[in-house]
Amino acid sequence: MKDNVTITGSAHTDRIHDSAIKHVTGAADYTDDIAQPEGTLHAYLGVSTVTHARIVSLDLSAVRAAPGVVGVLTAADIPGHNDISPTGQNDEPVFPTDLIQFHGQPLFAVVAETRDAARRAAELAKVETEALPHALDPVAAIEAGYPHVTAPLKLERGDVEAGFASAPNRIKGRMVIGGQDHMYLEGQIAFAIPGEDDEVVVHCSTQHPSEAQHMVAHVLGVPSNAVVVNVRRMGGGFGGKESQMNIFAAVAALAAKKWNRAVKIRPDRDQDMTATGKRHDFVVDYDVAFDDTGRIEAVGGSFAARCGYSSDLSGPVTDRALFHADNAYFYPHVRLESRPMKTNTVSNTAFRGFGGPQGVIVAERMIEEIAYATGQDPLDVRKANFYGGEGRDLTPYHQQVTDNILDRLVGELEQSADYRARRQAIIDFNASSKVLKKGIALTPVKFGISFTATWYNQAGALIHVYNDGSIHLNHGGTEMGQGLNTKVAQVVAEAFQVNFERIKITRTTTEKVPNTSATAASSGSDLNGMAALNAAEQIKARLVDFACEHWGVEAEEVAFLPNRVRIGEETLSFDAFIKAAYMARVQLSAAGFYKTPDIHWDRDKGQGRPFYYYAYGAACSEVTIDTLTGEYRVERTDILHDVGRSLNPVLDRGQVEGAFIQGMGWLTTEELWWDTEGRLRTHAPSTYKIPLASDRPRVFNVDLADWSENRELTIKRSKAVGEPPFMLGISVFEALSMAVASVADYRECPRLDAPATPERVLMAVTRMKGA
Amino acid sequence: MQHRREIRFLLNGREVSVADVGASQTLLDFLRLDRRLTGTKEGCAEGDCGACTVLVGRLGAEGLSYQPVNACIRFLASCDGCHVVTVEHLSGPDGRLHPVQQAMVEHHGSQCGFCTPGFVMSLYALWMETPQPSEKQVETALQGNLCRCTGYAPIIRAAVAVSEYGSPAADYLTTEREAITAQLRAMQDGARVVTGPEDNRAILPASVDDFAAALLEYPQATIVAGATDVGLWVTKFLKPIGPAIFIGHLDGLKEIREGSDALTIGAGASYTDCEAAIGRHFPHLGPYWDRIAGWQVRNMGTVGGNIANGSPIGDTPPVLISLGAEVVLRKGDARRTLPLEAFFIDYGKQDRAAGEFVESIRVPLPAQGQRDAAYKISKRRDEDISSFAVGISVTLTGETITAARIAFGGMAATPKRAGEAEAALLGKTWGEAAFDAAAEALPRDFKPLSDWRASSDYRMLSAQNLLRRFYLEQDDATAPVQLTA
Repeated sequence: MKDNVTITGSAHTDRIHDSAIKHVTGAADYTDDIAQPEGTLHAYLGVSTVTHARIVSLDLSAVRAAPGVVGVLTAADIPGHNDISPTGQNDEPVFPTDLIQFHGQPLFAVVAETRDAARRAAELAKVETEALPHALDPVAAIEAGYPHVTAPLKLERGDVEAGFASAPNRIKGRMVIGGQDHMYLEGQIAFAIPGEDDEVVVHCSTQHPSEAQHMVAHVLGVPSNAVVVNVRRMGGGFGGKESQMNIFAAVAALAAKKWNRAVKIRPDRDQDMTATGKRHDFVVDYDVAFDDTGRIEAVGGSFAARCGYSSDLSGPVTDRALFHADNAYFYPHVRLESRPMKTNTVSNTAFRGFGGPQGVIVAERMIEEIAYATGQDPLDVRKANFYGGEGRDLTPYHQQVTDNILDRLVGELEQSADYRARRQAIIDFNASSKVLKKGIALTPVKFGISFTATWYNQAGALIHVYNDGSIHLNHGGTEMGQGLNTKVAQVVAEAFQVNFERIKITRTTTEKVPNTSATAASSGSDLNGMAALNAAEQIKARLVDFACEHWGVEAEEVAFLPNRVRIGEETLSFDAFIKAAYMARVQLSAAGFYKTPDIHWDRDKGQGRPFYYYAYGAACSEVTIDTLTGEYRVERTDILHDVGRSLNPVLDRGQVEGAFIQGMGWLTTEELWWDTEGRLRTHAPSTYKIPLASDRPRVFNVDLADWSENRELTIKRSKAVGEPPFMLGISVFEALSMAVASVADYRECPRLDAPATPERVLMAVTRMKGA
Repeated sequence: MQHRREIRFLLNGREVSVADVGASQTLLDFLRLDRRLTGTKEGCAEGDCGACTVLVGRLGAEGLSYQPVNACIRFLASCDGCHVVTVEHLSGPDGRLHPVQQAMVEHHGSQCGFCTPGFVMSLYALWMETPQPSEKQVETALQGNLCRCTGYAPIIRAAVAVSEYGSPAADYLTTEREAITAQLRAMQDGARVVTGPEDNRAILPASVDDFAAALLEYPQATIVAGATDVGLWVTKFLKPIGPAIFIGHLDGLKEIREGSDALTIGAGASYTDCEAAIGRHFPHLGPYWDRIAGWQVRNMGTVGGNIANGSPIGDTPPVLISLGAEVVLRKGDARRTLPLEAFFIDYGKQDRAAGEFVESIRVPLPAQGQRDAAYKISKRRDEDISSFAVGISVTLTGETITAARIAFGGMAATPKRAGEAEAALLGKTWGEAAFDAAAEALPRDFKPLSDWRASSDYRMLSAQNLLRRFYLEQDDATAPVQLTA
């Protein structure tokens, strides 16, 4: 019999997102859409209106007396630990008791019969404080002698002093890089339902259910086994729901236990944006030495970050900035240092790329500096410095780059985007155009895949095959739109050779898979796909044993064919086979597990192999700027990106397109603006401007490098895709820079800071004209 | 006639009647909390993200028409007599996806899915109006919808392909049009609606004259037209707005009269309502109009409201002032007319007495030799509040500048004319020198502030440069000096 029938939704095929139909019909339930039990209460945070101050008194009598209020929660109501620091540094209280450390810091929660009543009551607190001086940005913090929030990192290789001494050219500069709000469309939310004894169930929009579980347990003073955290899907995460939901989960659970009623907490958009962390802003002092051909000889860099008042994830974020300060380039001698500065701002956190983009953009700035200094096309400087060749494959953290595909990838993009001819045409256009100027840039990205906290690189999955042949799939990853559940289900469908529709994708819950890692660091399908495959393989092994025993055949004679199983000469439907296995008392459930092999990292030495592999990509963008106003338009972007052997090309392409636009937004219109009093004034979409449909490039060509295959044994030889393409947005920034440079005949690096708002572009144009 | 105490409207397929509707009750909360129609999402509660987009159909002077609006800042009371259509109503009774939904699924237009119902509703409205839209038309229709996941490309691909999945002729809102019209017509009883608790009263006058009378009865009432500003007072600032008089349903305030010497816009006409007439008579305002907020807000917000709320950064006052517009104010049966610039007295203070309302705006048609431009500077091109905006109107007699009206918003506490810059132009020969002189004069007109939208220096420098842009653009239309959409 010919096997000309295939299953639906196998690996490496385009498959719609498993919730697509629910998305478009409004039937996909987010946390706020879950039907509430009778008597559900609503909590709301009361926040500080000063930036840095001692708390003299907190008078909540008017809050308590407000209509509909059931009660309030302060630090005194916490039975366990008043701390939700995700890295165990004990520096992030749920509610502070004596010190306010940023404007908008949650001080208490009010619980009321309706959300509206809680919101109104939260405004009524009387907080008496003694003001303290504040430092809002990393430079001010350094000047004020503020501490690091966590231990800094130093990466060093070669002899950087000797490198600087011997090189013929050296440039020092500073780059200011703005942060970014996640602006997930679904804001933070948690919904807790009390149970008997010490139990509580929390539904919340989190990328890290296990951490939410542990934090709730920690705050309640109960063991982790008393707390269940569930998440079916998030309306976007981007890193903003890795640790930032902890306070909401903790408050909802506290209130639910205290009043023995279900409690929901959902901040409004303004509170969501002022009270939760963002991408770190950086101020980077770089120092680069190079030969007359533009080849780098030595690099020094000091990376100061606005971490906010507590450590949160600032340690690993600033580490990753250093890990990516080389981007794709070999630095013969290098010394990089992080300065994770404490500031009186909200504690900054994970955001797609996790510090990596801030490192990469500095590498690209140095390339620009060299290109203008040597009068070359920046692409030539880039190529001259790519990893590869004799003795040119060690990163600043001493990992060998063995899988570099940038020569081919960049070469192909250069051709398909017609980069050279277009660059010349742009230079010609600029020579004759008075007001409008154009720029073009082709920038690469190399991004390290794995959590640098090595123990995070583990995952679990749980698969049940029911005796009717239907399959229940659960794993520790969370769905935030990236299509993780779809990809993992494809892996399982492929393993069992059953149609995708046979697999029920279920919500992520700490009850089914324990001790999971955050769905972060682009690791979702790498880790959970492998864990699910492991579970499927366990069940399959039992099924094969059963078949051998029952039918008296050898294992090689058992084959899983599309929706059926061939055993020797006989072929059964999958359902019939499963039923037979059940009747023979075969265990049809398995817990799968995976840990990434071969990685290790010694942070004290700054050496190791923190990354299992690298993902690569490149983008070429063309822009036009208006030199009278600084307004601009992205004319065209071409992307070629590496996802290895894609599990689902259409979903991966969606990740690439979306990440590019988000990266472009970070570097163009998205500006976090604090006033001198420490108030964030861009705290809602009316003032904080993420890209719109009309901001995307007028021509947008996106391709996956379909020839690429992961050299490591990742799930089906695919590569992670969540974060790497975010940095493709840097091509827009570099193109803007070239357009600005044109007003001074490309003689000088414009040193554009990010985000390149129309204002920064115009001011840079003005500066260059005066130069 | 007895006042009616409840509001009545069609919600998807059913007529609903809701008593005691407070002025500040939003449509979104009603849908989500009272009716558990949770497909409509709250993303921002300020009319910027579009996750709450629903269609509201209304019987106007030209029959039943549907528009996408933001349910988050649309007040429930203002839905009286309307047909509210939510995402739950799109797929057929057999569960088959609507063509817009099918296109979105097949083009992978959703990732996290939270914004998706809002996109579906905007694209639904677009498809009904323009079944085969260009990419540009799609972008304009989606100015009020934010997506953080997809980067929009697959949504655009879906939008231009919707007609491959079905025709608007077969759509429910088309096939049931007569029946719906009849249902809505039957709800019209010509009564004033007075509903909601004492401290949160909502009043829907029966006519413009009844509005004038009601405002005399409640002289301190909040007047709510499109609610695109007042809505935020409620959702973001928790401010009480009662008693509130709703005027969005008054056809008498929506009249647009295209006279021989002026265009007169009723204060209740939305940006969308007057778009065509504006484009006909003031072509330079066409592209500018498209940059006012997003589609949903343009469907709700009114030119009258943009003026009456007195904001220094409203999009329309500067360009209308430069065109010599006048505002007609009415109190009871008394009317007075004043130049629009005179209406703005100081920050937060307008020349409007208690009991008085803006009834219409009269915009003189361009004179012979008049050259006009309107520019808006914002961090993001579309759906952004202006850092500043300017209307420039210069009249030439031969080569001599014989009239100049330049008005800026966002450069002072009110929308304001640039008297010094105007003076620098008057009597001068058309040429670069005259506009350089006007630019040099501008710092004597304005001392703009620094805020999150722009610094003082940037505001001044780019404002000066826009005067230069005006000259360059008028002088040689063949050399592009600004980016177009």
